This record gives sequence, C-alpha cells and structure tokens, in this order.
Amino acid sequence: MELTAMPAHRLQKLMRRREISAEELALAVFNRIDEVEDKVKAYITLTRDKALTTAREVDRLRAAGEYLGPLAGIPIAVKDNICTRGLKTTCASRMLENFVPPYDATVTEKFKAARMVLVGKANMDEFAMGSSNENSAFFPTTNPVDPRRVPGGSSGGSAAAVAAGEAVVALGSDTGGSIRLPASFCGVVGMKPTYGAVSRYGLVAYASSLDQIGPLTKDVTDCALMLNVICGHDRRDTTSVRWQVPDYTSFLTPEIKGMRVGLPVEYLGEGIDPAVRKVILGTADKLASLGAEVAETQLPHTRYALPAYYLIATAEASSNLARYDGVKYGLRANDAEDMVDMYIKTRSRGFGTEVKRRIMLGTYALSAGYYDAYYMKALKVRTLIKQDFDRAFTRFDVLLSPTGPTTAFRAGEKTDDPLQMYMVDVCTLAVNLAGIPGISLPAGEDGKLPIGVQLMGRPFGEGDLLRIAYAIEQLSVVGRQSSE
Amino acid sequence: MISPRDVEHVALLARLELTAEEKELYTKQLNDILLYAEMLNQLDTEGVLPTAHVLPLNNVFRDDAAGEHLTADEVLANAPRRDGLFFIVPKIV
Repeated sequence: MELTAMPAHRLQKLMRRREISAEELALAVFNRIDEVEDKVKAYITLTRDKALTTAREVDRLRAAGEYLGPLAGIPIAVKDNICTRGLKTTCASRMLENFVPPYDATVTEKFKAARMVLVGKANMDEFAMGSSNENSAFFPTTNPVDPRRVPGGSSGGSAAAVAAGEAVVALGSDTGGSIRLPASFCGVVGMKPTYGAVSRYGLVAYASSLDQIGPLTKDVTDCALMLNVICGHDRRDTTSVRWQVPDYTSFLTPEIKGMRVGLPVEYLGEGIDPAVRKVILGTADKLASLGAEVAETQLPHTRYALPAYYLIATAEASSNLARYDGVKYGLRANDAEDMVDMYIKTRSRGFGTEVKRRIMLGTYALSAGYYDAYYMKALKVRTLIKQDFDRAFTRFDVLLSPTGPTTAFRAGEKTDDPLQMYMVDVCTLAVNLAGIPGISLPAGEDGKLPIGVQLMGRPFGEGDLLRIAYAIEQLSVVGRQSSE
Repeated sequence: MISPRDVEHVALLARLELTAEEKELYTKQLNDILLYAEMLNQLDTEGVLPTAHVLPLNNVFRDDAAGEHLTADEVLANAPRRDGLFFIVPKIV
C-alpha cells in the first residue's frame, strides 16, 4: 500500500520501527499533492516548508530518544475556519481573504503540541455555510472519487484531502452535518463530537450553539487517536465542558454483543436513495449477526429538524457575522462616504450569496414581530427533538441511519435551489440541534460512489459510537487491512 | 409573506445592499424557505421550554484577573487603517 493511503496508526508503527522518517512521509504527501491537487483543489493554503521543518524536528527528537505521541509526525489538513497563528485563515471568504490570526485556536495548540505536521488550510464552503463546497469564494473542491461530483460540505476540502492522500488526517467543523456529510461523500470517517467536548476557541463562529470541531480520518482507529488530542475542557471557551476525557482507543474492540442499536424509521423513508437504504439495512443486519440487539424505533419530530435548524442557525449566524464590518480586520471598502456606508459596502462585497441569504433569513427570524413566531418557535421544537433522542437513548446505546440521502451529486446540480441543497442535510441536522455526537463511516458503495452510515450517540457517548463503528469497519476486508 | 419591501428592510438591518436582481431573487428564495418553515406550526409547543443551548451550563465565570494577552501591535496588525494604537475609520457624523 502507498504511504499516502495508509492510516496514521500504521504510519506511526513504521516511524517507530525507523522504516520511514517523518520527513519522508511529509515529502510523500507533498508529492501526492503535486500529482492530484490541480484536480482536487482541497487546499486554500499549503505550508510545505513549515511542514518539512516540523517533520525534521520530529525525526530529530525521535533519534534523541524523546517521547513522541501516537500522532507525532502525522500530516494534517486543517479547515480554513480554524485559526492558525501567523497563517492566513480565510473561511473561504473575500471578507477574510488576507486575515492572519494573531493566535492559535485551542485545537491548533493541541495538534502542534502533539507534533503533528500541518500540510495546509483546507477549502470549505464560505463561513461553513453549505453542503457541497461550491460556496467557497475562491474555487470549488472536487470529489476525489469522481471529479465531476461534489465532495460534500462544508468541510469538503478536509474530506477530499484525506480521501485523496493529500493529508493523513484532517480537522473540520460541523454545524448541521459539515463533517459527516463530506465524509460520507468522499468515503472517509468523520465525527462530530458531543457539543462542548472540543473547544471552539479559535473556531470562526457560524452558529455558536451548534458548531463543533471534529476529525476526518481514513479509519476509526485514527478517529479515536484524534479525539484523544482535541477533546477536553478549555477555560477560554465557556461552552466547553469539564469532564474526564477517556482514552478513546480503549473502545476499539470488535466485541459488541448485547449493545442495543436503534433504527429510527423516519431516517429511512421517502427521499432516501434505494442504494443508500440497502447499505444501511445491510449494516443493521451485520450488527445483528455480531450479537447486537437491533430494533426499529421512532424519533417523531425528525422532519421538523430542517426548518428548525434553518431558523436557529441562521439567527445565530446573523449575530455572529455582524462583527464583519471593515473596522478592525478583514476586508474594508475604501470608497465609502461614511461609517454606515463602509459597513454596507464592505459586507455586500465581502460576503457571498449563500452567506447573505442566511444572514437575511436569520435577521428576519429575529426581527421585531417575528421573533416569537420563528426563532422562539424553533427553539421549542428543538426541545422536542432533543427529547426524542433522550427517550430513544433509554432503550438504545446508538442509533443507526444514513448520513446523506444520496451519494455525492454532480457539481451545479443543486446550486439553483437553496431548499434542495438544504435537504441534503436532513439526516445530520438533528444531531447538532440535540448536541449529541455523530459519526459517519463508509459502509458500502453505489458503483464507485461511497455510502456512509451514520451512528448517533448519547451526550459523551463517543465510546459506544467508536465500538460499533469499529465493528462495522472490521467486517470489511479493507477495514481489516487498515488496522494492521 | 415576505415582500420586496421586507427584504429591503432586513437588508438594511443587516447592513447589506442588494441589486434589484438580488432583491427579487432573495424575496423568492426567502419566501420558499419561510413557507417551508411554516410546518413548525403543526406542532403544539404550549408549555414547551425553548432550548437555546443544550448544556446545563450557566454563568461560567472566572476571576477578574489579567492573564496572558496580545500586544497592541498584534491586535492592530490586521487593521485596514491604523494610526499607532488607533483604528482609523471614516467619519461617523
């Protein structure tokens, strides 16, 4: 197997046995980028020199007998809405095209402390708003499996980089499915941790009660290793939780006898592609054959998640994006007559169409006279959605569903109809509204196109998700090869 | 439901200016979305408390003590226009 196709845990073994060096690995990744990046376009910024410097340092430390963690020397792509000190962080927007953060996000500090090798900043939908990576202000990313198709969004660059061997692991962010959906479309593993499990300090905010940073990896083991690095309380994020972070690799056992897996019927109805449904049901059967108790269940408020999400997320976004005014950083319109004119011109030129649409929707939902009817109503529906999950988790350990209603669609297919695009998130949104963890992993294919299965868990139930995900992965030959 | 006038008003609140084309497009699209959102009214939410935030966290405080902080130069490094410690902006009045 090519170096660039291997997961981190295998590469670490090779490095520890001195069969390869971190420098060789970094060079292999950058060679791969030279080969395919013209087509994939996963990256906004590449950091080759810095990456090689870091890799050489890891090699030097290893030679000196210093302790190095399981992800030391591993090349990582980071979504461009996560702040990296001294390195342009654009959110794929003209508004922040030249913005250089004066600080590292907490997750950035963590992966640097783990001595990971930063390959570059990954492309995304502008300000994390989108499901196809077609909303980047700079250029779209293509799906490595089929370049005529989208990689999914908004962490499309992160998913594509891992799938194409242009990074070994990646960080993305997920507000309504933005890690899980591209993971499904590109055939990689993607997890959104429980809300509050990973610090949002340094993550450019889209919707503060929904956003979470999470890993995109080649397999479940790498996902567990990444969670060990990024999870934990942070004083600088008052929405992060104080809790004991377990060693997530301890959950990687294929023993799942007696675990209770629920199949919410609302996630398998109309609108789900037959090929997708087949894979999900097939996965459920496989889990049953491994000794899990699998049964249907109901989450009756599922279909209200989409409208609730698009009122809550956009309302929060309208508030979060009010800071982009040209005063202290970012784009500024220099031909303005006065302050207000400057705000208006800056924002109108700096934001793309989808971002403006969501800001306006959110502003409307919060405006006088409509606040109760839209925003408040949506918050109450959110409670009902959360209660559905609370009830389900008294009977089940994890819930199984599709990640996306279809496989990766063609570029341009849904760009004319915002609602059509929003519908792509029907299976992922409720997870963010309830703040629970969710993971997508490859479970089958339709022709060449990957189909991801989604597992949803209790708050801080990432362990159960990893156990079931690992069991599913081990069932496929590719999965077993990966964990050698 | 939402008229071009409403869209103009909302755009102003959000400090956005739209072309005539954009105004028409957004009016239609926002209407489609809001129409879809009407389905929330199918649900009886009498007595249901709103969830603005999923965690049972309230008033997370720390001591009002200075810690590490950025220098003024670091903070002003991205300023479109600056003069020493000041951000320069067009006149307000």
